[in-house]
Amino acid sequence: MIDRLVDAVDERTGRSRLVRKALRYVFPDHWSFLLGEIALYSFVVLVATGIYLALFFEPSLTRHAYQGSYTPLQGREVSEAYRSTLDLSFHVKAGLLMRQTHHWAALVFIAAILCHLLRILLTGAFRRPREPNHLIGGAMLSLAILEGFAGYSLPDDLLSGMGLAIAYSVALSVPVVGERLGPLLWSGEYPGSGVIESRLYLLHVLIIPLILAGLIAIHLMMIALLKHTQFAGPGRTERNVVGTRLWPGYALRSLGLMAVVAGVLLLLGGLVQINPVWQYGPYDVAAASNGVQPDWYMGWLIGALRLMPAVEPTVLGVTVPNPFFGGVLFPAVAFGVLFAWPFLDRMVSRDRSPHHLLERPRDAPVRTAAVLGFATWVIVPFLAGASDRIFVSFDVGYELQVTVMRVAWVVAPAVVFLIALRVCRRLRSSGERPLRGWDGTVLERSESGGFRPRAGRE
Amino acid sequence: MTRPRAPLEPEDPRQEVTGDPARELVSAVLLVAAAVAAAGFVAAYLLSGDTQLMGLAIGAGFVLLGLALIVFAAGLAGEGRAVEERPLPEPVQPSAGEIVTAPASAITRRRLLAGAAGLAGASLGATAIVPLASLGPAPALGRSAWREGRRLVDDAGRPVKAEIMETGSFLTAFPEGASKEALGSPLIVVRIAPSMLNPPPGREDWAVDGILAFSKICTHAGCAVAMLRYPLFPDREPGPALVCPCHYSTFDVTRAGEVLFGPAGRQLPQLPLRLRADGTLEAAGPMSGPVGPAAGGVDW
Repeated sequence: MIDRLVDAVDERTGRSRLVRKALRYVFPDHWSFLLGEIALYSFVVLVATGIYLALFFEPSLTRHAYQGSYTPLQGREVSEAYRSTLDLSFHVKAGLLMRQTHHWAALVFIAAILCHLLRILLTGAFRRPREPNHLIGGAMLSLAILEGFAGYSLPDDLLSGMGLAIAYSVALSVPVVGERLGPLLWSGEYPGSGVIESRLYLLHVLIIPLILAGLIAIHLMMIALLKHTQFAGPGRTERNVVGTRLWPGYALRSLGLMAVVAGVLLLLGGLVQINPVWQYGPYDVAAASNGVQPDWYMGWLIGALRLMPAVEPTVLGVTVPNPFFGGVLFPAVAFGVLFAWPFLDRMVSRDRSPHHLLERPRDAPVRTAAVLGFATWVIVPFLAGASDRIFVSFDVGYELQVTVMRVAWVVAPAVVFLIALRVCRRLRSSGERPLRGWDGTVLERSESGGFRPRAGRE
Repeated sequence: MTRPRAPLEPEDPRQEVTGDPARELVSAVLLVAAAVAAAGFVAAYLLSGDTQLMGLAIGAGFVLLGLALIVFAAGLAGEGRAVEERPLPEPVQPSAGEIVTAPASAITRRRLLAGAAGLAGASLGATAIVPLASLGPAPALGRSAWREGRRLVDDAGRPVKAEIMETGSFLTAFPEGASKEALGSPLIVVRIAPSMLNPPPGREDWAVDGILAFSKICTHAGCAVAMLRYPLFPDREPGPALVCPCHYSTFDVTRAGEVLFGPAGRQLPQLPLRLRADGTLEAAGPMSGPVGPAAGGVDW
């Protein structure tokens, strides 16, 4: 059967060398190469479930009294967007399953991108000649966050509205142009004319997914052109790739991974409730709650807004509103550093030559320490974004949390950098592998008080 | 129905795919289980429509399918350890001749062209920005409908009576006859013990029996200030404050909504209150300042 299938493909592609070559493409065998694939397959699930949702969702802020089946909201003024979200959750068969799977897939999508990014940063995979793909990956991460935010802003529930109020304030806070930018996007002072809903919808279902799909295609094409990187090992050189061929082994395994990713996301969507917008209620400008938590990938920005001290300096006669620092400057610097990483690495290491073999994190102590320090600088505000949860779980007041984290934001990256540097150097010189089980020596105290290696165990 | 053909090269994709028999059996079992789960989804969809049941069935179906593929692929004969050459260009080294003849720094024709192209690009880019000016003057921000004599009404439009407010409680109020949705409209009305009041000069008579009104929109990022911190033991606990749930901006209720903690750069605008003869509350003047988040470039 496979024989005939291959013959059929051959015939229709004019026995293309390209197809033949593609099927023989070799993928390296290391689990960390699957992180990007998980992101890719989450994107597939997002597109599939998103199309289903688009059949039922109505992106309009026109308000009517709610007459649906969810009795606690009977008679409340709600928008078409909110009503259609409730209806597709309660009345459309499998609607809630698709909506929750879509939401879970978005969370996993960005988490997988970040894990993949950590792999790239920690092993030096971004080095020449792969800098362009690093930039494309960074662009996709920023777009994925924007896409996620636009997505959960659509249903016009309390969480949507609070997020958009903050987004408006952040747009408003941009020096010089902010005063125009916010009202331009919302068509008037917040909450605006209601046009923001159709703009977000256009962004969420067409513009960003289209750009993402295009960038994914370029990302994969460039990987194939240069071929995969690989870890050093017997028989593995800069000039070859050792692993599994696309056909049949890798294709089957990767399709298997796709099915497992889809399956797990559907299980989450069916069994684990997420974003119950009927509990949050519809949004109006006078409503807010701290029982409503945004998606995890917004935590670093919310935390940065919380941690920024109350300064609104006037520079050259222009006042800079406070949300600018946490909402614009911080992510701009973070993504700026991320995009500049291959070039900073090149500057620090003075290594301009192309690399196809990866380095283990310990073998590049400065890079590893810098990555972890940089990650800490983003993770501290992320923790501040979870302050409500920390308060509920550990009963630590918000003032103490914010004060401690303000200090940690400055100090912790340096501390982590120094610790990581030391750990990497020691691991490199000792050759220990603490994650692969015990391979040290057990000492035994002798009767005379001395020490000797215990017999029978190395 | 195999046509005769030339023997295959060792790495031709048409090589027969042979798997490990035991694993093939496991895969087959998993595939059948996947089929059963998928059929279960169809049955759940048609018969019950229960979200958990459908999610369990279709999720399990996909996971089983994936496991079947992975188990099968892991048992393929001759898999692993394929080697592929990486076609790499030799690093280009400039020849000695090129180095010698390369001009050190001179305005060559090529550089002139590049410079001119850069200039053209920059000025054409500017033409894309200039039309933004036709968006006209920015709208007036921070205004509110609150005027002297305007009554406070609740969510349903009923006037707010002072007597319904207990000490240590708060409610949300709106201007009578104005939009509830405008940023300048919602108020957070708080009642504290009159002995706690510590108003700055000029605001001594803005409260009615310990009832004060502030804009409900946080001056930091526009969220609704929806939490009141009120001390049960005033001697030992911090004083009454309004707290924004988004970023914890904390405003002093006793003293003009001044910022006690958090990122807000401006105090919460206060509305002076007075009591009407019928016991309802009304504004004794406009808001003390512009309402809502600060805008870049506007001097407030």
